[in-house]
Amino acid sequence: MNEHSPLKQTPLHALHLSLGARMVPFAGYDMPVQYPAGVMKEHLHTRSAAGLFDVSHMGQVILRAKSGRIEDAALALEQLVPVDVLGLAEGRQRYGLFTNDDGCILDDLMIANRGDHLFLVVNASCKEADFAHLQKHLGKTCDLTLLDDRALIALQGPRAEAVLAELWADIATMRFMDVAEAALHDVPCIISRSGYTGEDGFEISIPAASAEDVTRRILEHPDVMPIGLGARDSLRLEAGLCLYGNDIDTTTTPVDAALEWAMQKARRTGGARQGGFPGAEVVLRQFTDGASRRRVGLKPEGKAPVRGGAPLFADAEGKVPVGTVTSGGFGPSADHPVAMGYVDTAHTANGTPVFAEVRGKYLPITVSALPFVTPTYKR
Amino acid sequence: MLKFTDEHEWLKIEGDVATVGITAHAAEQLGDLVFVELPESGTALDKGATAATVESVKAASDVYCPLDGEIVESNQAIVDDPSLVNSDPQGAGWFFKLKLSDPSAANALLDEAAYKELIA
Repeated sequence: MNEHSPLKQTPLHALHLSLGARMVPFAGYDMPVQYPAGVMKEHLHTRSAAGLFDVSHMGQVILRAKSGRIEDAALALEQLVPVDVLGLAEGRQRYGLFTNDDGCILDDLMIANRGDHLFLVVNASCKEADFAHLQKHLGKTCDLTLLDDRALIALQGPRAEAVLAELWADIATMRFMDVAEAALHDVPCIISRSGYTGEDGFEISIPAASAEDVTRRILEHPDVMPIGLGARDSLRLEAGLCLYGNDIDTTTTPVDAALEWAMQKARRTGGARQGGFPGAEVVLRQFTDGASRRRVGLKPEGKAPVRGGAPLFADAEGKVPVGTVTSGGFGPSADHPVAMGYVDTAHTANGTPVFAEVRGKYLPITVSALPFVTPTYKR
Repeated sequence: MLKFTDEHEWLKIEGDVATVGITAHAAEQLGDLVFVELPESGTALDKGATAATVESVKAASDVYCPLDGEIVESNQAIVDDPSLVNSDPQGAGWFFKLKLSDPSAANALLDEAAYKELIA
């Protein structure tokens, strides 16, 4: 991305400014990093009530088979992701990964079965590349559209359901990873029960022209506070969720990244449609033999946060390197620093003591189970 | 005498000792602090050297030594409760006291009016 190109704006840009947000460049967009309440309060409010996030910078893609059959769309997409898409029922959503020929991760995404088409949500920083990748490999058999006329918001936290139920009573019947279409304030929206915080919550795709109106009305609810990218990052980190570009990228495989759960049986060795995605040979071999390193949770023992990029060692003198921190910060709900990163296989057991190099010191940090907070998904 | 730096530190100078902290503007920009690391008493620091580190939820930032000198006291209260820096940056949230090698060097720093112009 050219850092000198003008920043793009989401349909909620004016709303952010009116709410007093501090704006920063992120993935080519001018985005709110925090509002006047600040990262700490925004984080805690999301876990105790409900937080509203603008994630309109993310890519929303419609994938429709030229045959018109959803099965053909699913099988086409399976050529690019190690995910059971064919087995995804109508009205359901599933996490997925685009892999490259090395079995490494090009992006992570959400895949929803919308009945006659698939609806994908991909990362902002990857959306042009993802769309070109889809066009190149699936363009002959599928029609693809990268939507530029829809906003995407997330409402997350224990009060999210009650807030939305005032607008659409049936929201309570949705389970985690259900997707449905419903009118909010008479605006047709696509709603999924999912998110990036570890909390119960919803992600809502709204036509751009109505996005500010719908969002303002949700924000009028006393339980709802706008949340910036700062708290979005600390929330997802406590929840143990990967950030593409930090924790997963084109140097990590799904097995390295401890994302085996995102590859259903049908695509694994011995499955009905085993392999058949880029880099399958590498990934399936790692499934059997293991990888040389693995993503783990890391809990710093002191008060000092340990940030992404910090090298990890087996010893307090920094002699035996064992890995690297990929994301780290302070967890406001955990009330201690939290991190994740990669360690070699000898150091992956929970409770293993390792040392992170921070400003020339070697700080004790313990391999710990993810997530750092208990998710409250409504399964 | 109250002085400021363009790195957003304030210095309250009494004799040859400066009490140093970060400005309200800097504290606001950093956001909620969760960790502060301060230099030990007796540490000699040159102007521009890293004297302290502060961390918000999101990021770490260095606090630089505003003048040549020796640390004579650090504020343990902000180590124990970093939020003091956000709530009272130019009072209880002071960082350290610096015995100045050359007190006259402080004359070259910004006065309050010049600092306010800098952040305007």
